[in-house]
Amino acid sequence: MQLLLQQIMAGLANGAIYALVALAVVMIYQAIDHLNFAQGEMATFSSFLAWQLIAWGLPYWAAFFTAVILSFAAGVAIERVLFRPLHHAPILASLVGFIALFSILNSGDGYLWNYTIKTFPTPFGTRPLFGSALIDTHEAGMIGVTVLLLALLYLFFRRTRLGLAMRAAAANPDSARLVGIRVGWMTALGWGMAAAIGAVAGMLIAPVVFLEPNMMLGALLYGFAGAVLGGLSSPGGAVLGGFAVGIIENLAATYIPYVGRDLKLTIALIVIVAVLMVRPAGLFGRSAVSRV
Amino acid sequence: MTTQPQEAVPLAPAQTRGGPAAWPALRHWVMIGAIAIALVLPFVFHGFVVFQLTLVMIYGLAILGLNLLTGFNGQFSLGHGAFYGLGAYVTAILMQRWGVAYYWTLPAAGGVCFLVGFLFGLPALRLQGLYLALATFALAVALPQLLKFHGLEHWTGGVQGIVVDQPDPPSFLPIDADQWLYYFTLAVVLILFAGAANLVRSRTGRAIMAIRDHPIAASAMGINAPLYKTLTFGVSALYTGIAGALGAIAVQFVAPDSFNFLLSISFLVGLIIGGMGSLPGCLFGGLFVLYVPNIAESVSRGLAGAVYGVIMLLVIFVMPSGAAGFTRLVIARLSRSRNRQPPA
Repeated sequence: MQLLLQQIMAGLANGAIYALVALAVVMIYQAIDHLNFAQGEMATFSSFLAWQLIAWGLPYWAAFFTAVILSFAAGVAIERVLFRPLHHAPILASLVGFIALFSILNSGDGYLWNYTIKTFPTPFGTRPLFGSALIDTHEAGMIGVTVLLLALLYLFFRRTRLGLAMRAAAANPDSARLVGIRVGWMTALGWGMAAAIGAVAGMLIAPVVFLEPNMMLGALLYGFAGAVLGGLSSPGGAVLGGFAVGIIENLAATYIPYVGRDLKLTIALIVIVAVLMVRPAGLFGRSAVSRV
Repeated sequence: MTTQPQEAVPLAPAQTRGGPAAWPALRHWVMIGAIAIALVLPFVFHGFVVFQLTLVMIYGLAILGLNLLTGFNGQFSLGHGAFYGLGAYVTAILMQRWGVAYYWTLPAAGGVCFLVGFLFGLPALRLQGLYLALATFALAVALPQLLKFHGLEHWTGGVQGIVVDQPDPPSFLPIDADQWLYYFTLAVVLILFAGAANLVRSRTGRAIMAIRDHPIAASAMGINAPLYKTLTFGVSALYTGIAGALGAIAVQFVAPDSFNFLLSISFLVGLIIGGMGSLPGCLFGGLFVLYVPNIAESVSRGLAGAVYGVIMLLVIFVMPSGAAGFTRLVIARLSRSRNRQPPA
């Protein structure tokens, strides 16, 4: 029982990382209806930015918020400059755009900040929480920030005019344009928000996995899986999906003899695909009804 | 996922749209010319370049497999690197562990991949768009782990992989091993491309494309969508698997980490840049996937990835519907300006 609890808590801590990434993935998916492969690399770049600011002597929180704001601006700029021209191209052309962006950012990180791993500070400390060995303060802080972000996003999308306009622009661009919503800018805003959330995710993950150009690769994979498991149309579902992936992965490694440890990623993915068999639009996603 | 039905449409640069009447004849001449050039190339270039050209054809074949599934049937796959790897391993194991001749391993690799692809196509029936992308992505991520798994090490060689012997050319031909492999690959690729061309022009091919263009209308017309979709998955995996088998023979080595998900992604890049739903476009995609990273490397070693990304962006900005769409556009423009000239 103690082992089970311990593994679930460890899974939750990993899951917080995946949940944050999943949230950013779903955000951008809702704004642009595409999956952004470069999401992880954008987050890594933001984390490097914050690291550089801290190295230049800025206090943690100043660096944190500067990085978030710069990431937001960069996200908007990337949409305006790179993806707006591809708007009318075939759908998969923008996929190449994402892969290109991935490649550029990844290689740029390595060029600017080289490939040696760097430690990244945490504002929460790493003492065990409440004296128990199950979870430390940084992990708890990470879970807290995820939940807080989710709540803020919920309020933004449900309770503000801008949030409503963004949802409308994503759900039905033509009708949204007819009622006077500037759809192009809503998309750009979605990119900016996703980049900002990605920046937060990157800076919270960096103390755990250490900062290096490829740090988000694994996290993005699991985050993507979590987002799909929870349902791409539901931010809350994506967060739960992220936590679930973390827990499944840990439990598989512990409890499935012989194959568990080597194949834990494979097992997690099999579980997810199995869930998708039963609920093809994810656990909390709504499946679209198509008009003929 | 509200835009699902629309998503299928832009995938579809219809193969049959064609140009003016003069185009089919021209197409035949272009094809004959291309084959003639392909036959001469190994004598113009030597050694490493011949090997690279062999790889271009192999990648082109793998991209053709993906194209059958994504370009013609509208099913999205981020996992074709797994079928490529599976084909490669089947060949490597048959050749090195059981001493099977290399040419017999191709049908075996194709068969195994067809079966796996067909079986994977069954659950894939329930998934659409990005959800299907994740399921196939899972395949691509899982394969290297499975290949490294210590329970299978006896066959797969674990992390070490398997070294494959290079086949000797038949003794009556005055060519070296690289050239022989080039011609062998060329023959296999030509046969499989001809097969694919026939497939997409047949009744079955039209059914496959109808499912892509409008799944609901297609099933209303009596097309057995689940059957065609799973079969397309199988055939697609077969093509990519045979490409993987050829790849194992050409590279003479298989190891788990050469078949990671980045391979699947580069197939996808090759497909999009070559052109969805175009057969010659696949070879262009192969060319791009093989040579452009090398070019990027030679421009700047430290920023190779960034240069590759910038080239990708430039290409997609200039030709948003791939090389095939671009060629089609150019030909349409040319013939239109020719038709506009007053008759003399």
